[in-house]
Amino acid sequence: MDTFIQQILNGLVLGSMYALVALGYTMVYGVLNLINFAHGDVLMIGAMVGLSILRMLDSTFPGLPGGVQLAIAILGAIPVAMLVNILIERVAYRRLRNAPRLAPLITAIGVSILLQTFVMAMPFWGRSPLPFPQLLSSDPIMVGGAVISQTQVLLLVLAALAMLLLVFLVEKTKMGRAMRAVAENPRVAGLMGVDSNRVIVSTFAIGAALAAVAGVMWGANYASIQFAMGTLPGMKAFSAAVLGGIGNIYGAMIGGIVLGIIESLGAGYIGDLTGGFLGSHYQDIFAFVVLILVLTVRPSGIMGERVADRA
Amino acid sequence: MALLTFDTAHKPRQSYASMAILLAVMLVFPFVASQFGNSWVRIIDMALLYIMLALGLNIVVGFAGLLDLGYIAFFAVGAYLTGLLASPQFAALLESVVNYSPAMGDALVALFGESIRTEGIHLSVWFIVPLAGLVAALFGALLGAPTLKLRGDYLAIVTLGFGEIIRIFMNNLNDPINFTNGPQGINLIDPIRIFGVSLAGEAGSKATVFIGGFGMPSVNAYYFLFLLLCIVTIFMTSRLQHSRLGRAWVAIREDEIAAKAMGINTRNVKLLAFSMGASFGGVAGAMFAAFQGFVSPESFSLTESIAVLAMVVLGGIGHIPGVVMGGVLLAALPEVLRHVVEPVQQSLFGKVLIEAEVLRQLLYGLAMVLIMLNRPAGLWPSPIKEDRPVAATDKEEKEESAVV
Repeated sequence: MDTFIQQILNGLVLGSMYALVALGYTMVYGVLNLINFAHGDVLMIGAMVGLSILRMLDSTFPGLPGGVQLAIAILGAIPVAMLVNILIERVAYRRLRNAPRLAPLITAIGVSILLQTFVMAMPFWGRSPLPFPQLLSSDPIMVGGAVISQTQVLLLVLAALAMLLLVFLVEKTKMGRAMRAVAENPRVAGLMGVDSNRVIVSTFAIGAALAAVAGVMWGANYASIQFAMGTLPGMKAFSAAVLGGIGNIYGAMIGGIVLGIIESLGAGYIGDLTGGFLGSHYQDIFAFVVLILVLTVRPSGIMGERVADRA
Repeated sequence: MALLTFDTAHKPRQSYASMAILLAVMLVFPFVASQFGNSWVRIIDMALLYIMLALGLNIVVGFAGLLDLGYIAFFAVGAYLTGLLASPQFAALLESVVNYSPAMGDALVALFGESIRTEGIHLSVWFIVPLAGLVAALFGALLGAPTLKLRGDYLAIVTLGFGEIIRIFMNNLNDPINFTNGPQGINLIDPIRIFGVSLAGEAGSKATVFIGGFGMPSVNAYYFLFLLLCIVTIFMTSRLQHSRLGRAWVAIREDEIAAKAMGINTRNVKLLAFSMGASFGGVAGAMFAAFQGFVSPESFSLTESIAVLAMVVLGGIGHIPGVVMGGVLLAALPEVLRHVVEPVQQSLFGKVLIEAEVLRQLLYGLAMVLIMLNRPAGLWPSPIKEDRPVAATDKEEKEESAVV
């Protein structure tokens, strides 16, 4: 039973990171019907910028408490990630908005490679994995029979806060209403006086901010970051968005957390289930199996807003 | 491009002449290049393999319009199959089977004879090539079946996931039964042997291959084999393109619903696109394994899938000469840069500022972004009359409601 609680906790932590990234996918998909393939790399940029800020803080203001440092790192990473994502939209997607579907997808992959190459080529980042400093006390907190680190608790709190903020933004503000209008029907929204370009840019910016939070916390949680770190979480977060029902922000949140729990439960029990034939290192296949299953069985996902195979 | 044309339907004389010239150049090339060192021929050997891959992917992406981001998985299947059936690896597999379930092990020994316990299986290339093509085709259908209803971006993500799954299996299928030898990969794969002539050269010959009384470096021998295979691939894909099936692929690419309404069995035709594309990847993989003598999961990362896609995109989606050119450019150029740029930087700045690997990635990324923004049909697009390139607009599609 203790293992079970532990796996659920791990799943929640993993899932809340997926959810943050999945929101970025789902919001962009909502307004543009496009998968921002480079979104995982925005997470990576967020983590990298966060790390650089931490290094600078360490040399200029040594002795700052870890929590404050982490907060500054996150607050610094957010605008950079936003800028990067807005730039991606401007360079890679805007001109292709009316092009055939394959085109923006291929540029998105290209942009993703370019971002990784950029990080690889920077002398202060480079190709090898970089250690991410441990800022919070490593004393674990006991929950029932399971343990959770302080970083992970912070991560859960931050993710919850970010999602609440997002819900407020989308449901209660004027910009949120404009977003929902563009997602519903861009042409009619334009007729009603909504500046769809502004809406699209702010959608990319908000997605990037969430990804930056996830990126810095990813680094803090796993203590190591690398130029290619965004690809796999990006793909899994996309699976989460599809699982929840793409285009639906509540779906992305639920999908992220459900996928995180599926993954960690799967990794925990696959050994017993297959009689030792497959082990926990197959953890990464669950997201894709879930993705394929959802797309074939229920393409509209859990929340069921859109039909997923409209191509 | 004006000088060379491959439009046999409209300019037959000119295009056959271009082909003849190109063939002559290709035949002489290795003898000239090997004067400057075998590594240059080796680069072209790899480029030829990449061209085969790009041509295979072109069937799926170019003809049928299905974006496959996990294509390298089929290359991996062919390579690992060769690794398993033409190296001592099968002995290791057998040992783990015996440990896991002795009965199964005995059955295998009874089937293949006692010698596989120590030596593994060493099949001839004549078995391995068709087998690699077949098994890869099977995997292609395996990927195609659950994704039949998906299109565009969803298909891309699922195929990407499929590629990752294959890689995860390559990394981990060494326990409890040792199929792939895990991250270390499979070693000591037999070189290709055709009519008793080993293309790696006999022992003690310093990697020189003798055919009759005529000797040449091993890389040259592989070059001619790969060239032959490339020509066969080009021939087959261009015949496919103009066949009934090829036209059905293009119809599906342009408008799946209309194609269905015209009586095309879209399920079978799509599955055929996946498995035929995959089979070329499998054969290329088998060649790669035998050429390198070694396979490991590292060679089959996502980056490689994207590299092959970049070749197709750069050259001209759906246009065979364009794809070949894209393959040559993107496979050979980074390697040439590696030989040129790093030494130049070394002598200019005293150290390497930009690594060749970074440049290679940069090329792939730029190729995809710039081409898609400025010349979406590629550097060498198909002539308009052949079939409509992907650049054909379907502007209103976005506004249309869900399409099943």
